[in-house]
Amino acid sequence: MASGGIAGLWLDDHEVVEAARKVREAGFKKFDAITPFPVHGMEEAIGIKRSMIPYVTFVAGLTGFLSAVALQYWTSAIDWPINVGGKPFFSGPAFVPVMFELTILFAALSSVGALFVLCKLPKIDPPVIDPDVTCHKFAIFISEEDAAYNAERCEQLLKSLGAKEIKKLARY
Amino acid sequence: MSSVTRKPLILGNKTYKDITDDICQPVEAAPGKKWFAMLLSAKMLFLFYILHIAYIIGVGMGLLGVNHPVAWGTMIITFVFWIGIGHAGTLISAILFLFRQKWRTSVARSAEAMTVFAVMTAGIFPLIHTGRPWLDFWLLPYPNQRGPLWVNFRSPLLWDVFAVSTYATVSSVFWFIGLIPDFATLRDRAKTKLRRMIYGALSLGWRGSARDWAHYEMLYLLLAGLSTPLVLSVHTIVSFDFAVSMLPGWHTTIFPPYFVAGAIFSGFGMVVTLLTLVRIGFPQFKDYITIDHMEVMNKIIMATGLMVGYAYCSEFFIAWYSGNPYEVYAFTNRAFGPYWWSYWIMFSCNVFIPQLFWFERFRRSIPVMFVVSIFVNIGMWFERFVITVTSLHRDFLPSNWGMYAWSWFDTAILFGSFGMFLTIFLLYLKFVPAIAIAEVKPVLFVGKKRPGHGGGH
Repeated sequence: MASGGIAGLWLDDHEVVEAARKVREAGFKKFDAITPFPVHGMEEAIGIKRSMIPYVTFVAGLTGFLSAVALQYWTSAIDWPINVGGKPFFSGPAFVPVMFELTILFAALSSVGALFVLCKLPKIDPPVIDPDVTCHKFAIFISEEDAAYNAERCEQLLKSLGAKEIKKLARY
Repeated sequence: MSSVTRKPLILGNKTYKDITDDICQPVEAAPGKKWFAMLLSAKMLFLFYILHIAYIIGVGMGLLGVNHPVAWGTMIITFVFWIGIGHAGTLISAILFLFRQKWRTSVARSAEAMTVFAVMTAGIFPLIHTGRPWLDFWLLPYPNQRGPLWVNFRSPLLWDVFAVSTYATVSSVFWFIGLIPDFATLRDRAKTKLRRMIYGALSLGWRGSARDWAHYEMLYLLLAGLSTPLVLSVHTIVSFDFAVSMLPGWHTTIFPPYFVAGAIFSGFGMVVTLLTLVRIGFPQFKDYITIDHMEVMNKIIMATGLMVGYAYCSEFFIAWYSGNPYEVYAFTNRAFGPYWWSYWIMFSCNVFIPQLFWFERFRRSIPVMFVVSIFVNIGMWFERFVITVTSLHRDFLPSNWGMYAWSWFDTAILFGSFGMFLTIFLLYLKFVPAIAIAEVKPVLFVGKKRPGHGGGH
């Protein structure tokens, strides 16, 4: 969200989840909670959909597996078949360990790549609401791009939900 | 019915801010004299190691005791030793995560760091053991001008290349992903511009929005799920290096589970050794890495120690039951041959000494667990010595028998490798939060009453 908006700060994780639910019930869509650790129940409160990373993991794992099969089959049975101890050129069971390892490698690295894309990491020096939101403060940020945005109304709402502090941000 | 309350995972009346302050303190304060003294000694040992490695690479593998018939020596023994150490870290970070064991949060960061550093230390050995390390890229299947001549995918040694490199990559990435939110905390607390820049870059600009956390938690779960079979596969494949051969004492089907149990056993030994020292070095960590945490790990040490002991006995039984005279001789020779002392060091350190942990008093005593964990480390090094050397030194033909010619260089690389590991570990303690801040905060109120709310949970 590269836009301005208004943020409220809380000191308690239960209160901020409650507040997030109320903000959503008040009709806001473009808002987010910024917390120092994953707060239990926040996803349901904001209405965040399940992450799509598992699909990436599955496809990448499958790609890794097939690459390993292809690599071993092509090098051992096609490009230069060598008879090792009378075993078949495509020695299925002996090729399992490499298939397994490449499945894991592709799946793990692609999932991390997916996180970077979805969270738009790395970000260079992003604006910060308050240096303590990575320590002990919990924030709810409402973007001015939201259709229902109105600076005064939002401030009223956040205060009524128990925000200890209100901050207006030109860019977040 | 009386309610079963959980013991608190974090002691003292702490707030979220206290947690951040406590854990960031060693990273932000100037290091003490003790830390410098330890770093200096570890670094000296590391330099000593580098010099000896350089000498071995320059002159040749003949400096070590490896020769006919014992062609695998300290390099392979110590490689298996360090790889095994790493397994406890992944067990804590991945397997216990999947089992929802909340106590893991306090020890996960350091255990994972130990994994990454142990695998780094281990990885050097096979690369030098090839004898011509400048040609190590031959281990990889890359298109070349010799045919192309491909690697032999039927060889367990090649499986090892893939297993260990995948393990090193995935466990480093897993560790770093766990560190991102904590680096962001350090960035936001930074007092100087340089600190802000360094930790800002390391945090990748992490913000901690609920949407980011949703993806992050999913990724963490997936990596845990992927690392779990991975860690079990790594020592399985390491054991294939031995088990797939035809040598008596190596050619057994019990090796994969036996190696994995031994790896976890030795790894927890090392975790306990390191964490008892970390608790002494940073007293504020005693509220996070509590005696309860240490006790749980000691229970795992005892359980895996019993598994290893079962494997030792089962090997003897199967050797007798097989009726194969070579197999019977290999095991009689292990326990009563010229290397009898190494076998009994192994057996006492790994099977007898951990029995102390049947007693709660010893499980919860820091000096006792420290000493036992050192014995476990020694015992597990000897286990790999026994497996490697005793099987090789007397195989089928008596005319082919010999002894391992242990040299000064064997001693030097064995002890030197600790210099490398400890140097990296000490630097880690200074520059990286040694307890996962963002993971500990959610378990703050486990077994405690939450201020301002009715009852704990």
